[in-house]
Amino acid sequence: MRRVRRLAQARRFGRARRFATAVAAAALLLTGSACTADQRPDDGSGVVRLRFQSLAWQQESVDANKQLVAEWNAAHPDIQVDYVQGSWDSVHDQLLTSFEGGEAPDLVHDASDDLADFAYGGYLADLRPLLSVRLRADIPAESWRTTTFGDGVYGVPFLQEPRMIMANRKLLADAGVRVPTAEQPWSWEEFRSVAKDLTKMMGGGRYAVAWPLKEPVSVSLNLGLSAGGRLFHRGADDKVTLRFEDADAVVPGTIRAMVGTDRTASPATLGSGGSDTLPGFFGGRYAMVPLGFSYRQQIVQQAPEGFDWTVLPAPAGAGGLAQGVSPQTLSIAADSPHKKEAAAFLEFFLQPRNTVRLALGDWMLPTSTTALADPALHTPEFGWATGAAVAQALRPAPAQSVRGYPEWKDKVATPAFQEYYSGAIGTEELRRRLVTDGNRVLARYQRD
Amino acid sequence: MSAFRTRGAARAGQYAALLAYLVFLAFPFLWLVSTAFKPATELGSLHPTWIPRDPTLANFRQAFEEQPLLRAAGNSLLAAVAAALIAVAVATPMAYVLARHRSRLTAAATGWVVVSQAFPFVLLIIPLFLVLKNLHLINSLPGLVMVYVVWSLPFALWMLTGYVRAVPAELEEAAAVDGAGRLRTLVSVTAPLLAPGLVATALFAFITAWNEFFFALVLLKTPEKQTLPVVLTHFLGAEGAADLGPLAAAAFLATLPSLVVFALIQRRITGGMLAGAVKS
Repeated sequence: MRRVRRLAQARRFGRARRFATAVAAAALLLTGSACTADQRPDDGSGVVRLRFQSLAWQQESVDANKQLVAEWNAAHPDIQVDYVQGSWDSVHDQLLTSFEGGEAPDLVHDASDDLADFAYGGYLADLRPLLSVRLRADIPAESWRTTTFGDGVYGVPFLQEPRMIMANRKLLADAGVRVPTAEQPWSWEEFRSVAKDLTKMMGGGRYAVAWPLKEPVSVSLNLGLSAGGRLFHRGADDKVTLRFEDADAVVPGTIRAMVGTDRTASPATLGSGGSDTLPGFFGGRYAMVPLGFSYRQQIVQQAPEGFDWTVLPAPAGAGGLAQGVSPQTLSIAADSPHKKEAAAFLEFFLQPRNTVRLALGDWMLPTSTTALADPALHTPEFGWATGAAVAQALRPAPAQSVRGYPEWKDKVATPAFQEYYSGAIGTEELRRRLVTDGNRVLARYQRD
Repeated sequence: MSAFRTRGAARAGQYAALLAYLVFLAFPFLWLVSTAFKPATELGSLHPTWIPRDPTLANFRQAFEEQPLLRAAGNSLLAAVAAALIAVAVATPMAYVLARHRSRLTAAATGWVVVSQAFPFVLLIIPLFLVLKNLHLINSLPGLVMVYVVWSLPFALWMLTGYVRAVPAELEEAAAVDGAGRLRTLVSVTAPLLAPGLVATALFAFITAWNEFFFALVLLKTPEKQTLPVVLTHFLGAEGAADLGPLAAAAFLATLPSLVVFALIQRRITGGMLAGAVKS
């Protein structure tokens, strides 16, 4: 277990963090009295108290979370849940400290791509014996794969968001281009062609597309699934190697061509985050912006009056509308002395009607099949129906359970993709860096 | 005449550079203030303006409605004031010893003070967490204050050592010659001369604690105890998404105490850091 734990930690932390953990372990031994959560003092009332750390942050979402907790508390006087407002900022370090110190919340909200360390580190409870058949069956296997590490399931994936294209409806109409639907999406070639028509119609200094590529790796990999890209290949020995095949080059190649050759995508937004592109979108400088589904809330809030926009599915390729996602998750701390009660709360919290409330509050899509079928998530308003239609095609982000992925992403892939999209290096150099340099990184994590 | 003109041009250039630097420094704050008063539609404008076209207090209202800013500010104030007072109380005698008694030990202690400033937070937090847990000080403001004192102590010590060195030892010797005992000398002669340094150091420790985020995030578990920097992050979502208007409004309010304090002490901080640098 200790070896597995060390390997897992190596995935995400630099030397300083590993050293910190070692120091922590030493301190634990020295102090000798760092009690576990099982030794938490009881208040003597017989009431079980669970701490639920939520990362909900948009007001509608916070309200929905708090209401659900209040409903549970009213119905279960013997199992009371304390809602604790967490923060996405530094959540990994905060949780790690809490886990190491035996003070973790009983119920933990996080994202699936952050769970691997905690799961392999033994900090999270395996949920398989705790969850009901109903809940297990209601969430598709593809979603469960995002929280399955080794033989265990360490989180319930409950909300997810695909990358969609937010489009200026008037500009699309003016250019006379075909508007895609989830049933008849654009192909990547057609998307490129439409972008040419749009840019020509819009005139100088304006672009059909603004790609916010501050995080180029997740965009390239997740959308790459639509073209049949995989990049990460798991062998029979369970070891992962990188291969950059023709299908892997489709999405990056299209984006690069739009920026460099066609000049239909703004080069200025390559280093931008999603929110940075919105003013240009509202001002008519860009006709389309590929963004996460939840960005619709910001558009609704900030768009000038009368701004006519729509939500389109991302282009499809050999893989159809498939794209990778890292769902939000709910887990139970391994140290929690009340796992059964925590699981009971999860069952209540993630009932389909409650999941719908959470999804609406977060402007995201539920993983629950029943919740996803709720009419409230199929209204054409704000693109809900389009998003719901795309939901079936969502897959786990390609590399989130690959050991060494964070280091590969930070040290190899991010600079390589950034240089590739800016035109500094070509496809062959991109391939060499992603694969040759990348496999060297992964090999260090897979030596056992 | 030519030399006079050259000097004048150089002086003008210096002022221009200083002005440019000040504008550069002020830009984030001015932008923050501007953003705090902008309605949502102006936040998404392609042509943002320095002065909001339609200024509103809605962001402030929303910020106060959504988050317990006053309670958090109260917690921050309590933690920062306590940390500042304790840090100065602890650092003062230590600084006196370091300044007045030169030896290998004090040299090593001074070196350690400098080195300890280089430790990253993440290196300290887990052992610290365990220690505080054993003391039953997790999720308590006294625990947080203890951390802030430890965290601000090296720099406070460094500052105060400079101030003590700036007080001529001859004054203490003269007091001794006049018959004053050690304690009387410290209280009647040294302490009054150190007062500006004590104030500057305390205010520095205050600002450090007021702005600190990570320790508070990790150590405080319940909403009632959270400090202002932690509550500010509740306006932030995953992957950098932000509720920009209320965030700017709340951040603007959170910045004010630091600005006021800095305005009051900036001369003294400079004086403290330079004190003792030149031997008279």
